[in-house]
Amino acid sequence: MKANYGYLDGSGQYFITIDTDHCTTCPHHGCVTGCPKGLFEIIVDDYDDCVSQVNEAARKKVKYECAACKPMANRPPLPCMAACTPGAITHSW
Amino acid sequence: MAQEFWRWKEYNWHDENIQPNGAAITGGVDVGSVSSQAVLLVNGQLYAYSSTRTGSDSPNSSKKAMDWALEGTGLKLEDVKFIVGTGYGRVNVPFANRAITEIACHARGGNFMYGPTVRTILDMGGQDCKAIHCDPVGKVTNFLMNDKCAAGTGRGMEVFADLLSVPIEEIGELSFQVEEEPPPVSSTCVVFAKSEASGLLRKGWPKNKVIAAYCNAMAHRVVTLLERIGVEKDFAITGGIGKNIGVVQRIERELGVTALKAKYDPQIAGALGAALFAKALLEKGK
Ligand code: SF4
Ligand code: SF4
Repeated sequence: MKANYGYLDGSGQYFITIDTDHCTTCPHHGCVTGCPKGLFEIIVDDYDDCVSQVNEAARKKVKYECAACKPMANRPPLPCMAACTPGAITHSW
Repeated sequence: MAQEFWRWKEYNWHDENIQPNGAAITGGVDVGSVSSQAVLLVNGQLYAYSSTRTGSDSPNSSKKAMDWALEGTGLKLEDVKFIVGTGYGRVNVPFANRAITEIACHARGGNFMYGPTVRTILDMGGQDCKAIHCDPVGKVTNFLMNDKCAAGTGRGMEVFADLLSVPIEEIGELSFQVEEEPPPVSSTCVVFAKSEASGLLRKGWPKNKVIAAYCNAMAHRVVTLLERIGVEKDFAITGGIGKNIGVVQRIERELGVTALKAKYDPQIAGALGAALFAKALLEKGK
């Protein structure tokens, strides 16, 4: 399942997408410790699978939470994406 | 008392042709931010439902919805073998055996209401909007939810009905009684759209034209959201706004896709999905 967390407002679209099919076999849950802002948590979803999600408190402010990882120039790889070796995480902006 | 134009009709219904005695009865309760619904299934068949306004606390709202669904059926709460709570108040349904997100419940409920061909469900709820892709058994494959602002939601429409002093159920029809389709109001935020609409009325725009411009803006807003995950056919709309043809037909026009027609009230999709999950969980013995 592709789970999109974030929002759309007058300034643009800010979504973090997690392809949770990768989470069910993920050996390390690296997203949880890899994000310096602690945006990810592991939960048991509605289908009883153990998956990652963006925590509820962060969903309406992802643009601001992620700002430090996304400088305008010379953007380094995002820590969350680097930590998620199965490649489940993408960002829309 | 001044007329409350936003106030929609609360109701309940049950199928007199179904005899619930001795059958496996399961229930779902969807406690949304604006409305609450309860659904009862008898051996997996839709038996009863209610739709009420959510009050100031979730436990009472869930109880009111369930009591009303049970009314006239001869059943008591104890007769319902498994109950799933969903919606934003799902963890505060005191009599629920389990809580499941509204995303999963809308997909499951939409699958029941519209059939296994439905692949994209747009749920236009009281204070949020969800775009959901699901498979032939109603399992979610992709979703996104926008609950940051009330634009494109039932609450936004209620605010607008009050502003224009038009009963909410009439907004859809009135939005088509215009000589030509006006451009959408430019603001997507309910607060700004409200002041923009007031400005248009002062400028002399007829009410229906302002309504059309607002429905147009709402439709455009949710289409932008839907485009993020894409629209796979068949397409259906659930939630209270699913009953507003002024918004539904404008969404269809902008997408170039016709939404499936619901066999039941699209506002009960979440509670219906919860009741279907309850049935599956009862059978699994969970
Ligand atoms: S690291 Fe990636 S695959 Fe593993 S749980 Fe986190 S998001 Fe899922
Ligand atoms: S961009 Fe930075 S703050 Fe945002 S989710 Fe990734 S690691 Fe966390």
